[in-house]
Amino acid sequence: MSPAPAPLAASGPVVRLRGFMAHLRLNGFTVGPGETEAALSFLAAGDLDDAAASRLALKTMLSGDRGQWERFDALFDAYWYGSGIKRARPLEAKGGARSAAQRPEIWSKALPPETRGDAAGPMGRPGSEAADDRLPEGTGRLVASQQEALQRTDLRLLASAEEAAEAERLAERLARALRYRLSRRRLPARRGDVVDLRHSIRRNLSKGGEPLELLHKRRPEHPVNLVLLLDVSGSMKLYSRYLISFVRGLLGSSVRAEAFVFHTRLVQISDVLRERDRLRAMDRLSLMVEGFGGGTRIAGALKQFNERYARETLNSRSVVIIMSDGYDTDPPAALEAELAALKRRARRLIWLNPLLGWRDYAPVARAMAAALPYIDCFATAHSLASLAALETELRRV
Amino acid sequence: MKLDYKHLQADLAGVGYIADDALAMALALAIALKRPLLLEGEAGVGKTDVAKALAAALGTRLIRLQCYEGLDANATLYEWNYQRQLLAIRAHEREGLSGDEVERHIFSADYLLRRPLLDAISQPTSPVLLIDEIDRADEEFEAFLLEILSDFQVTIPELGTIAAQSIPHVVLTSNGTRALSDALRRRCLYSYLDFPDEAKELAILRARLPGIEHRLAEQIVRFVQLLRREALEKKPGIAETLDWASALTGLDFRSLADDPEALQASLICLLKTEADLKSVPAEVTARLVGKVA
Repeated sequence: MSPAPAPLAASGPVVRLRGFMAHLRLNGFTVGPGETEAALSFLAAGDLDDAAASRLALKTMLSGDRGQWERFDALFDAYWYGSGIKRARPLEAKGGARSAAQRPEIWSKALPPETRGDAAGPMGRPGSEAADDRLPEGTGRLVASQQEALQRTDLRLLASAEEAAEAERLAERLARALRYRLSRRRLPARRGDVVDLRHSIRRNLSKGGEPLELLHKRRPEHPVNLVLLLDVSGSMKLYSRYLISFVRGLLGSSVRAEAFVFHTRLVQISDVLRERDRLRAMDRLSLMVEGFGGGTRIAGALKQFNERYARETLNSRSVVIIMSDGYDTDPPAALEAELAALKRRARRLIWLNPLLGWRDYAPVARAMAAALPYIDCFATAHSLASLAALETELRRV
Repeated sequence: MKLDYKHLQADLAGVGYIADDALAMALALAIALKRPLLLEGEAGVGKTDVAKALAAALGTRLIRLQCYEGLDANATLYEWNYQRQLLAIRAHEREGLSGDEVERHIFSADYLLRRPLLDAISQPTSPVLLIDEIDRADEEFEAFLLEILSDFQVTIPELGTIAAQSIPHVVLTSNGTRALSDALRRRCLYSYLDFPDEAKELAILRARLPGIEHRLAEQIVRFVQLLRREALEKKPGIAETLDWASALTGLDFRSLADDPEALQASLICLLKTEADLKSVPAEVTARLVGKVA
């Protein structure tokens, strides 16, 4: 009857199995009471005679994707046979509610503390002294006008915590508006290419079934498919909090979008950012980028993307947006190779470089120079207005 | 009820499909629990063939729904045969039937074109319903499919609700070109198909090409296994192995070392992109042959 032989400290198979479910949930499996009940009733029926068969059955019932399928055996052994570590923290740490006190400072490494008044300009980069608000072509017509001033300010110059928080909210709203305009929810079918027989017949019932008035249908144009890669390394720290809000706003149900952050490694953050509660999303995000080392490996991150995620996220309508300042510790040749591979799969490649908004900036960083030939659009991302100007770029798929 | 996956495994082997324990268990569970089974894996590991073999082993019909972008409910459930309805209206006009009678007549089952999903739930015995490459369909279709897969009933406004006569055995396959929704994943049982190991692939080769010589078969399988470890864009699947094996037997090979030039030329059966063909030049082939022969 027992689901597996010799469970440790068994206080009844039911309790043990419930513990196993909790163990799986902790490791990123999406299993709920429904799955527990199914597994339990199945095992209780006593259909299976050995542990190997039980394991296979549970594996089939409880895993949901390839990653879980591959991890299941190790987790099974760890729980039922007590081998290995019991609580391996998964890459995608799900849930994990922490109290506010323990909550790690979001982007503690990547961002200056919010209260610091001098967050403005001590970076000592060439050209950093001026509050340059050169606008790129196209205006940010998506942003309400009273926030005009805030829009045009270089984000790194926002001093007060309120201003910064407001800019974050704006970035997210801006992205939502962008997303809505890209999604094309409703399409008129007046001049479609096919006759909609079903509706035509319905409409013409009143005319005795004679097809006098023909209605047409049209295959809706597909919205773009966005892939967002955000650099969260130290050199981007003045911008990444706004960009992450922007990315969060772009993710949603009406547009296909996947988001990743990179630093020395690449991590998929779409699920985390789709979290409703803003604070919790940021909390989980900081958990995931915990332990990122110093430096930026853009080429390494792109390689990881090309090998692991490109196939499922990219198609012929994909627009890949890389947000990075192009300071890379990998050799430029490596970046070139990865960008070439990326370009083959994606429709457009957009590189947003906040430094481009600085007055005297020229893309001299070696990585940036190597990347330029593969980029369809090289734009700035230093102010909210420049982000709003993206709309025209995204439309041109 | 005893869950006899070994029995199913034997049945599948009987129709020429070699399934490992995990897959046999997944299929047996799907049948026992009446839940859809989601199969993922690289292209060419035999996902689609699973459904065909299952239908053959169970002795039922296979109904296949190939997904593609833009697939919608009309193309998968039912459509009225409009042309026929129009003709019928004209014909009935001459007979002088009343409007109601005509309407009742033209919206009857005779004028209904059954598409795969409706077809699958109106069979007297459970068929195998293969929903192939679900990742190619849009997300909207996925949501619609969820509804069908949980209720197994279809509502046609003119006819009323049609409930399933038998619950089909549903097999969904995905190549991972798009991430599937969590809802769909939770609804389904899941199994991941990997490339077969040497023993399994040899068994498949023997089952499909009974005439092949023992030594050649072993060499072919070992060669393909080694080839999959090379850095290739598109790794050869089981279908490719079988193609190549029949090509080699057709070329009268006794051993892979027989004719290096012909062997190199025959690699087009295994490697399907230009880059892959270039990355396996004659030297690499010779090295691999040296290891297996």
